Amino acid sequence: MIPAAISVQAADFDVGAEIAGLSSGQTGIGGIASFVGLVRDMAGGQPVRAMTLEHYPGMTEKALAAIAAEAADRWPLDAIRIIHRFGRLEPGDRIVLVVTASAHRDAAFDACRFLMDWLKTKAPFWKREETPEGDRWVAAKTEDDRAAERW
Amino acid sequence: MKLLYFAWIKQRIGLAEETVTPPAGVDTVDGLITWLRGRGPGYADAFVDVTPIRVAVNQEFARLDSAIGPGDEIALFPPVTGG
Repeated sequence: MIPAAISVQAADFDVGAEIAGLSSGQTGIGGIASFVGLVRDMAGGQPVRAMTLEHYPGMTEKALAAIAAEAADRWPLDAIRIIHRFGRLEPGDRIVLVVTASAHRDAAFDACRFLMDWLKTKAPFWKREETPEGDRWVAAKTEDDRAAERW
Repeated sequence: MKLLYFAWIKQRIGLAEETVTPPAGVDTVDGLITWLRGRGPGYADAFVDVTPIRVAVNQEFARLDSAIGPGDEIALFPPVTGG
């Protein structure tokens, strides 16, 4: 089983430090793919002032570990790092980081995309947006389900 | 059994979690939801339509027809939106 480090936290993270940390001392790694998700200032044509992420402590960590185990099973990876934040975030804030490391780029790219697609549909998070019209819960998107089904 | 509610389901019910003892015969998630609807207007509003309701039993995704029993931790929530 490859190391899959998973954090669910309120605090921000340092993308550079996380990527560097993943490959330190592992000279078999040939490529690292990463994805950073950010809060946007618009959604559904409406300005978004902030987004509050709620999650299910306990289940969230288990769900992320299961998704990471699935990726490790399907691709020859050397390391996986997932950080997902919760709490109130503002436009421009980082929400999520997925980093995958492998001997070759294809596995790193594919596993990174797979992890993001699966996070959307299998990690117990819910988002509430603050807009000038009031607060609204973000509905799960059917295109996210379709993206996850590709795998 | 322990019940947890998230997102707008929590808002409508006005509770994040509670411990309940449903009557004998309530042994599926569906049955639990039917019983919860009768507990007050907030519950009736939260569960007016089961289409958008998702469930986890003991922190694993489950289905509306999944079996449940005393001692289980059951979470009811809208479709998840991670990432």
